[in-house]
Amino acid sequence: MNYYESKDLGKFAGIGKFKPELAEKFFDYYAAATGKDGALTKREKALIGLALAHAKQCPYCIDQYTTQCLENGSNPDEMTEALHVAGALEAGMTLVHGVQMHNVMERTGA
Amino acid sequence: MASDYDFQAVLDKYHLDLQPLSIETLQVNVTKLCNQACHHCHVDASPRRTEQMDKATVEKCLEILEQNPAIQKLDLTGGAPELNPYFDYFVKEARKRGKYVMVRHNLTVTLDGNPQTGESKEYLPEFFAENQVEVISSLPYFQEYFTDKQRGKGVFQKSLESIGRLNRMGYGVEGSGLILNLVYNPVGAFLPAPQADLERQFKQELKAKYGLVFNRLYTLTNMPIHRFKTQLQQLHGYGDYMEKLVNAFNPAAAQGVMCRSLLSVGWDGRLYDCDFNQMLEMGIGGRGPWTVFNFNFQKLMARRILFASHCFGCTAGAGSSCGGATA
Repeated sequence: MNYYESKDLGKFAGIGKFKPELAEKFFDYYAAATGKDGALTKREKALIGLALAHAKQCPYCIDQYTTQCLENGSNPDEMTEALHVAGALEAGMTLVHGVQMHNVMERTGA
Repeated sequence: MASDYDFQAVLDKYHLDLQPLSIETLQVNVTKLCNQACHHCHVDASPRRTEQMDKATVEKCLEILEQNPAIQKLDLTGGAPELNPYFDYFVKEARKRGKYVMVRHNLTVTLDGNPQTGESKEYLPEFFAENQVEVISSLPYFQEYFTDKQRGKGVFQKSLESIGRLNRMGYGVEGSGLILNLVYNPVGAFLPAPQADLERQFKQELKAKYGLVFNRLYTLTNMPIHRFKTQLQQLHGYGDYMEKLVNAFNPAAAQGVMCRSLLSVGWDGRLYDCDFNQMLEMGIGGRGPWTVFNFNFQKLMARRILFASHCFGCTAGAGSSCGGATA
């Protein structure tokens, strides 16, 4: 058995089995934020979703947003650049904490 | 299993009765021979195919066009239709009869020529322009990777060269009256992007990077039959793709399916509701087949269109037809 099965994504709506009023608010919000052109196009939103899906390493979201990007006309170059933005920020978030490391070193006289 | 994807049951659920509305277009598949062998091709066309419409059948098609003024358009397809020995004759004679002629032109045949005889086809852009033919050409994407992945190595560069030659004849140029429409279909098991958005991207990229122009972009859904179906099955993705198509069923797109206003003719003269039914050998009339030789407009208008699971490909999302999205 695998914890992550791609078919399980189709069961997502089942989260509303309990406390359906909360699930409904979430799905409405999700659709409004991601499913329509706004100040950002659906195509741009899908690329942001793809980057975040990888940063958070969510297999369901990677599956969903890879398809979303393709179905909104994106190409492998754009999708890969979106991943590099996520990857660069992740690296930056690690490295910027080097400031803390230096602070501690200075405090200890090292 | 076919019963899992019952198109008629879905039509019934939405109370849709899709009867023929007209026969505006005669779409004639004149050959299965092609200089390419694309991954998604529903015709299974390739340089090795030998099926060709003969002169007598071409003459009969012309007679049908002449005798039925309601049929305003001739849509020539294949394979690469230009590789039929009577292609030029067919186009000229249809134009003489005042018919609007469209050719499903794969772009590369102009440069590759006939793969079996070596005959050059470099005259095609000029021939199309002289005969005021609308050119409809596949270009899966405005970048090399997706295009070559689907249509073969080197196809993207050849396609650009060929579009350039068409542009120099005036094709796609505003005010020229010469129409060049491009066709996009996804490079894989996903639905096309919205047609207007993709057209904007294609126009911007092709103009900025290569100085090329065209009129409209048509988005088509990949049909889950023949070569593409085999590919899906090899990737264990046939069921997922069919579910995607079924879940995306759009009643508005169903109303506009092309089989309601078009009749498809096979290389041997048999009649079909569309080019996909033709490739699945779902002929009109079953055992007593309708052909161009027993053509009867009124009886054909009264026919029942034959549907099967692949029809979900034409009704998913914004719909799909030889003229692009339908909803």
